[in-house]
Amino acid sequence: MSTAAHQAAAQPLTLALRGVAKSFGAVQALKSGTLEVAPGSIHALVGENGAGKSTLVKIVAGVHRRDTGYFELAGEPVDFGSTAESKAAGVAVIYQEPTLFPDLSVAENIFMGRHPLGAGRRIDRTRMFAESEALFARLGVDIDPRRTANGLSIADQQLIEIAKAISLEAKLLVMDEPTAALSGNEVARLFAVARSLRDEGRALVFISHRFDEVFDLCDVVTVMRDGAYVSTHLIAETSESEIVSKMVGREVAELFPKTVAPIGDVVLDVQGLNSTGEFHDISFQVRAGEIVGLAGLVGAGRSEIARAVFGVDKYDAGSVTLGGVPVRQGKPSRAIRAGMAFVPEDRRQQGLVIEGSVAKNVASVIRGRLSRLGLLTAGAENKAAGPWAAKLQVKTSALDMRAATMSGGNQQKVVIAKWLATNPSLLIIDEPTRGIDVGTKAEVHRLLSDLAGQGLAILMISSELPEVLGMADRVLVVCEGRLTAELSRAEATPENVMAAATRSAQRDSEKEPVR
Amino acid sequence: MSASTLAPLAESTATRVARNLLRSRELAIVIVLALIVLVATTRRSSFLLSADGWRDTLLAPSILLLLAVGQMVVVVTRNVDLSVGSTLGIAAYVTGKIFVANPDTPVIVVFLAGLGVGAVVGALNGLLVTVFRVPALVITLGTMYVLRGALTHEVGSERMNAQDFPAHFEKLGTQQVLTIPVLTIIALVVVAAVGYYLHTARGGRELYAIGSDPDAADLYGLPSARRVFGAFVLCGALAGLAGVFSAARYATAFSGTGSGIELQAVAAVVIGGVAIFGGSGTVWGAAIGAFLLVTINRALPILGISEFWQGAVVGALIIGSIVLDRVLSIRRTHKLIEARDHA
Repeated sequence: MSTAAHQAAAQPLTLALRGVAKSFGAVQALKSGTLEVAPGSIHALVGENGAGKSTLVKIVAGVHRRDTGYFELAGEPVDFGSTAESKAAGVAVIYQEPTLFPDLSVAENIFMGRHPLGAGRRIDRTRMFAESEALFARLGVDIDPRRTANGLSIADQQLIEIAKAISLEAKLLVMDEPTAALSGNEVARLFAVARSLRDEGRALVFISHRFDEVFDLCDVVTVMRDGAYVSTHLIAETSESEIVSKMVGREVAELFPKTVAPIGDVVLDVQGLNSTGEFHDISFQVRAGEIVGLAGLVGAGRSEIARAVFGVDKYDAGSVTLGGVPVRQGKPSRAIRAGMAFVPEDRRQQGLVIEGSVAKNVASVIRGRLSRLGLLTAGAENKAAGPWAAKLQVKTSALDMRAATMSGGNQQKVVIAKWLATNPSLLIIDEPTRGIDVGTKAEVHRLLSDLAGQGLAILMISSELPEVLGMADRVLVVCEGRLTAELSRAEATPENVMAAATRSAQRDSEKEPVR
Repeated sequence: MSASTLAPLAESTATRVARNLLRSRELAIVIVLALIVLVATTRRSSFLLSADGWRDTLLAPSILLLLAVGQMVVVVTRNVDLSVGSTLGIAAYVTGKIFVANPDTPVIVVFLAGLGVGAVVGALNGLLVTVFRVPALVITLGTMYVLRGALTHEVGSERMNAQDFPAHFEKLGTQQVLTIPVLTIIALVVVAAVGYYLHTARGGRELYAIGSDPDAADLYGLPSARRVFGAFVLCGALAGLAGVFSAARYATAFSGTGSGIELQAVAAVVIGGVAIFGGSGTVWGAAIGAFLLVTINRALPILGISEFWQGAVVGALIIGSIVLDRVLSIRRTHKLIEARDHA
């Protein structure tokens, strides 16, 4: 940190966050965030999913307000209550998928709210277009400022955001995984722009999971883990393996008690599954009594694979077989009948009738079986739901309690109970413990472990590395829509999984356009 | 690399304006409108070529014109105002009350009263929508019934007729300047003023931005709540003005005045090419849509189509223009993406 410290002495840091914390309800998303960015530098921010990077960025952007901690911009203590305030102070944030106004011209997207005005406070369109062209010329890109933003590639949309940031005289540019959707050429162009902005003396924060890019572009790197600051290194003085070890550097606790269960026959057999733009050539098997973890970074295509296997999304090629019987694509009702159960990532939106009672939720998938002459009585629902709720120790005083009023952990149990009522042979569970407090997490894990012990095949998607390592008998790692590793429980070390998850696929201009 | 230049930048402003005009959605409606007037006039020359026919062609749309302009400003922000019919009814009734109390009241006073009553209703809608963040469709459906109920309670079966309105006010309903009805002139001035604001003022452009992507508008730090509130106030005020127009033109006001006209206003906006989910469209389009709707209703009997079918024709027109907009927009997006991928 010696060089950065020197710069700091000469010139105040563009951004300084120290010990910043932020909680959402019971979940502490950021425990102690520290980030010091010097002017004229590109600073990488790396960490696993859930390390607190996004929360930190949102505090800088004024989307969230920090609970505690020190926050200063260009030497001045600040406290942003809105995005407008952070923007006025010289902060520009470029998100992975930029938010532009699709119906309006590119130039208006740059100047909205502060159009150049002429006589009588009329918008001076000629000047607006000329200034836009000048901005693009400076960035070395060729975008017609008169066209609408609709239909622009993600790369061009990001360049418009950057043009906007420059016209705002932003001191600090934060780019949140800007390269995730770009082709090789587009990445090269973006990096050229980023370097020229650095050379003008601006500070840039670059969030990325791709170490090749971090080492190619950045000057300094800060590592975060579990919502807290870990360390800061000069890129020239560190290595990829050091960063990876800092990112995962924790003991895998005994929090996740997967008991050894006899592994049985193949239950799920996926062969050559392919969906253009989502995932490619996915083949794997899950056996009875086995928990298979599907690991990878957010956006790698894990959930998409799960949705395709369950039959929600269609795929171009490949086959899914459950217990020897082919499962047709695009028909989740068939998959359910064949014995598949799917607990989605977002349980409030997709897994629960949030305003419905516990009984109604548990009975919802087996309604057909419960109804008599097409009518469904509350009595039948309660009778069917009772044993399941008891078995899973759902802590509700009564079965008629509304799901919306329950804790995240109990909601998750209700969703699992709902699917167990269908007697599945395969359970697909996406992010089983997201947003669940630590105590209940262990209960959910014990439950999954018990179910596997009873012979259920489980495919578990998780962004939390310790969860995957603790629970899974086998780990499949997905990176950019491809399976990059299959690791046994013994082989699955944090380093191995992270390395496979960040292994950039071959990137060249041939890469097919995303979306 | 995706170079995004579709048209050469060197192209002159005049060429661009001409091309945009030729491709514009508004021109298409103007052509349809002209065709209808042409066919109806061929069938019965008095439709346009008599003094009364000429006056009616211009005068009949004036009330809907005001409502369509106000509605357009609200719709472009991804909202809708269904209470304009009730607002119109209240303003017409208030106009009558003022004249019953004092027949010598200057006309300007009732105009201001109408605008004021409408603005208050608009402010109420705007507050409910922006403060409680409830969808405008539901809020204004509610205020539509509440206001109509209040009006019916107040008016009962009373009906103000020609004798309740002073002659100088009634004359205004048919008065012409250079053969153009005064009410139409006022409405067209409103169209021009609002159109100018939307095109040339920051506030006007922000209305489009809010409708195009409300979340992006928040990230840009635009004063969304204030702008949407303003749009509702303007829409209400214009509905109030339309109420005064209605009283002048028909010399009547009763509990049912303006009932159902809110849907015509929405129809005019949609036919005029304003996106119902906001972000695009013009006041000119909405105005021409209003002209088209009213003129079709006048022309259908002449074209030998029973009045029972008039609703169906309007419905077909709405569906047709929505489908057309959708198809055009998909084609445009495809073209843009193709141009991007092949660049």
